[in-house]
Amino acid sequence: MNGMKIVVCVKQIPDPATPGSLDPSTNALLRSGKLILDDSDAYGVEMALQLATAAGGGEVSIVSMAPNGEMSGMRTALAMGAVRGVLVSDPALAGSDALTTAKVLAAAIQKVGTPDLVIAATESTDGYTGTVPEQIAEVLGLPSVTFAKKVKVEGGTLKIDRQTEAGYDEVECPLPALVSVTAGVVEPRYPSFKGIMDAKKKEIVTLTAADLGVSPVGWSGAGQKVSSVSQAEARKAGQVIEDDGEAFGKIVAFLETLKVI
Amino acid sequence: MTVNHVWVFAQGTNGNPTSFTAELLTKARGLSDNVSAFVAGDGASLAAALGKFGAKKVYSTGDLGGRLVGVAAASAMAAMIAGGNKPDIILFPQNYDGRDTLARLSVKLGVTVLTNNIDISVNGSEVVATTPIFGGNVLFATAFTGNGPHLASFRPKSFAAEESGGAPAEVVAVTVPDDGKTAAAKVTAVHVEETSGPKLDEANIVVSGGRGLGESKNYALVEELAKLLHGAPGASRAIVDAGWVPYSYQVGQTGKVVKPSVYIAAGISGATQHMVGMKGSKNIIAINKDKEAPIFAVADLGIVGDVHKVLPKLIEALKSRS
Repeated sequence: MNGMKIVVCVKQIPDPATPGSLDPSTNALLRSGKLILDDSDAYGVEMALQLATAAGGGEVSIVSMAPNGEMSGMRTALAMGAVRGVLVSDPALAGSDALTTAKVLAAAIQKVGTPDLVIAATESTDGYTGTVPEQIAEVLGLPSVTFAKKVKVEGGTLKIDRQTEAGYDEVECPLPALVSVTAGVVEPRYPSFKGIMDAKKKEIVTLTAADLGVSPVGWSGAGQKVSSVSQAEARKAGQVIEDDGEAFGKIVAFLETLKVI
Repeated sequence: MTVNHVWVFAQGTNGNPTSFTAELLTKARGLSDNVSAFVAGDGASLAAALGKFGAKKVYSTGDLGGRLVGVAAASAMAAMIAGGNKPDIILFPQNYDGRDTLARLSVKLGVTVLTNNIDISVNGSEVVATTPIFGGNVLFATAFTGNGPHLASFRPKSFAAEESGGAPAEVVAVTVPDDGKTAAAKVTAVHVEETSGPKLDEANIVVSGGRGLGESKNYALVEELAKLLHGAPGASRAIVDAGWVPYSYQVGQTGKVVKPSVYIAAGISGATQHMVGMKGSKNIIAINKDKEAPIFAVADLGIVGDVHKVLPKLIEALKSRS
C-alpha cells in the first residue's frame, strides 16, 4: 500500500525516577511540573515510523491528553519523526477515568482524520490501568490486537505476533485497526539534533473536551471515587552484609534454615 | 448493597481451570451465594472443576473459531446483560484476554473499570476495590459510583484458592453476536514456548537476574542456580527489554507476580516496576553491587557484592552438596 496514515497515542508522565505523590485534596496522582514522554510510548512511535517507511511513505501523527498544556513529551515524539500532534488539554479533564480518557483520545484521533492504524502502548508507566487502547478501539469500532511483540503489514493486512500466557499467537487483522505494542517490540531511535530542532517548529493543535464534544468528563464523568488511602504494611529489611568472598556461605546457610535444600 | 449475582471471567485447559480462575471464584463466593463462571471457549469441559470452586453455572461460548477473545467475550456478555441477565459485579483476571474483555465491555456498557486490584469488598452501599500504588507502599481504595455491573480486574495471587466442594456447574450455552469488522482479527497459529521445570508463577523458589549480570550470556548463571534449587528462572524488565530473555520470564508490574518461598534477586536494583511483582515472596535474598539499591530494603538477606563472583561460588557449593 502507498502512504500509511498512523496515529500514535502517547502519554506524558512525571519522571518515573522521582517518587510519585498524591494531590492531598483530591488523592489524584500528581502530574504537575515537567512531564516526559512515557518510555513505553517510544516503542509505539518507533513502530509507527518504521511501518510508514515500509509502506513507502505516509505520516505519523501523535495524540495526547495532559494537564496544563504540557507538550515537552510530545516534542520528543515529534523529534523522533512524527509530523504533527494533537493535544487535548483541559482543566475539566482532571479526574477522568479510563473510559472517559478513551473517549477523548478516540475523538482526538478522528480530528486527525481516519487513520489506517492506531498504535498505543499496552499500559502507561504511571497509572497503568491498561484498558485505554482496547477501549479506544471499541469506541472507534475498530478491530484490535493487543500485546503485539512483532508487527508488520503485508498487502494491507496486519501480521502480528501477540503475547499470550503460554507463548504467542500469530494474528492477522485487516486495516484500519488498533494495535497495542509491548516494550521491546522495536528499538526506539534517539532523536537527532536536527530532529529536536525541527520538532520545535512542528504543529501541535490544542483542543478542549468541549471542542471534541465529549461530556461529561473529569471527576463528574468518572464512575468511581476515592474511598480511602492507607499505608501498606511495610516489609522490613533484614541483614545486609558486604561480600568478603565467603558471603555465598551465608546464602547456603539461609537456604538450609528455610529447609529448601 | 446486596450482591445478588457475581460473574467470574474463567479460563482453563484440559478440564482444569487456571489457578487464577480458582482464586477469583473463591473470592466471588465471599461476595455472593450466586456465582457464575463465563468461559470464552469450551466451558463444558471445565464445568466439574469450576463447580468445585463454587460456580453454580458456567456460561460457555464454545469454540471461537480463531476470533480473539476480547471482542467475542465482551459482545457475548453485553448481549446477556441486555437480555436481563445482569450480574452486580464481574471479576476479571489481570491478564491478556481478561484485560481485553474488560475494556471492550466497559465501553459497551458505559461503565468504569477498576484494574490491578488485590481486594474487593462490599462496604455498606458501596463496592470498593483496593489497588496497591507506588510499588505497593500505599493502598488505594476506590468505590464504584455508577450503575453496575461493576467491572474489576485483579492481580494474580490476590486471593488464596479454596474448594467449596460444590457440584459440577450447570452448563449454559451463550451466543456470540456477529461483530462484523470489529471482530476481523483472527488467530492463524498458536505457539507454546516450552519451558522445563516449574512454572515461574507457581515455583517454590525463583531466581531472577537483572542488568547487573552485565551481559546476556551471564544469564546462564541464573538458569543454573534455578535448576539446582528446582526453581524457576525470572528476570527484570530491563533485561527482557534488552532481549536477553523472553517476556514470559519477566517478574513485575507488567510481567508475572510471584510469591515463592524464596526469591533470589541477582543483579537487580529493585525498581518499583519489579518490586510490585515479587514483594509478596516469603523470603527474599538479594545480591547487588550497589549497597544503596532499593532491593536491600525488602531483602531478608542482602549481599553487597559482585554477582559474577557470588553466583559461581554459590552454584559450586550447592553442587558439592548433591
